[in-house]
Amino acid sequence: MLTMINLNLPANDICAVILIISGLFFFFTSTLGLLRFPDLYSRMHATGKGDTLAVLLITSGAIIHHGLNLNSAKLSLIALFIFIANPTATHAIGRAAYRCGIKPWLRNCKTTDSGEPQK
Amino acid sequence: MNTFFLFVDLFLGFLVLGCLYRVVLGPTTIDRMIAVSAIGTKTLVILILIGFIFGRVEMFVDICTVYALLNFLGTLAATKYFEEKGKC
Repeated sequence: MLTMINLNLPANDICAVILIISGLFFFFTSTLGLLRFPDLYSRMHATGKGDTLAVLLITSGAIIHHGLNLNSAKLSLIALFIFIANPTATHAIGRAAYRCGIKPWLRNCKTTDSGEPQK
Repeated sequence: MNTFFLFVDLFLGFLVLGCLYRVVLGPTTIDRMIAVSAIGTKTLVILILIGFIFGRVEMFVDICTVYALLNFLGTLAATKYFEEKGKC
């Protein structure tokens, strides 16, 4: 993939590429956690933090690539909104799961598909 | 730089397919809600980068703002419903 990028980029584009690639790394790890973790709460733990950080990194990369004008101000507003709203949504989902009576996963007991622990 | 944005969009599309596995086969309803919220966040980034590819950033940034608001409000409405219902 590195051969696709023209290597005599200006300095701000190099910073933008580094930020966007690190954001992609966090998106990849959060998706991996969503697919591989054993429980609802641990899947929420993966996506709630990884996605927030990834959106912040990619948006700041886009701001650095675009320069400072009205559009980058709107991009920073999107980043601020995601920074507030994504943990709030995760907290609301977790509270709904707890009120629905889904038990968290423990180490030595398997859970059924509906989330109830069984010996 | 446009080629780089195109490859980033392609990678994010594959990640959305991975989240779609959890939406289709998720054991509980709340799992599906988490995965749909994650797909909405990835779509936000895809829209921003598509705006850079097409050269119409001023239009796609507004679409992104509305998409972020709708994703958040949809998640909150669904969680409110399941809290009142008490089971899922």
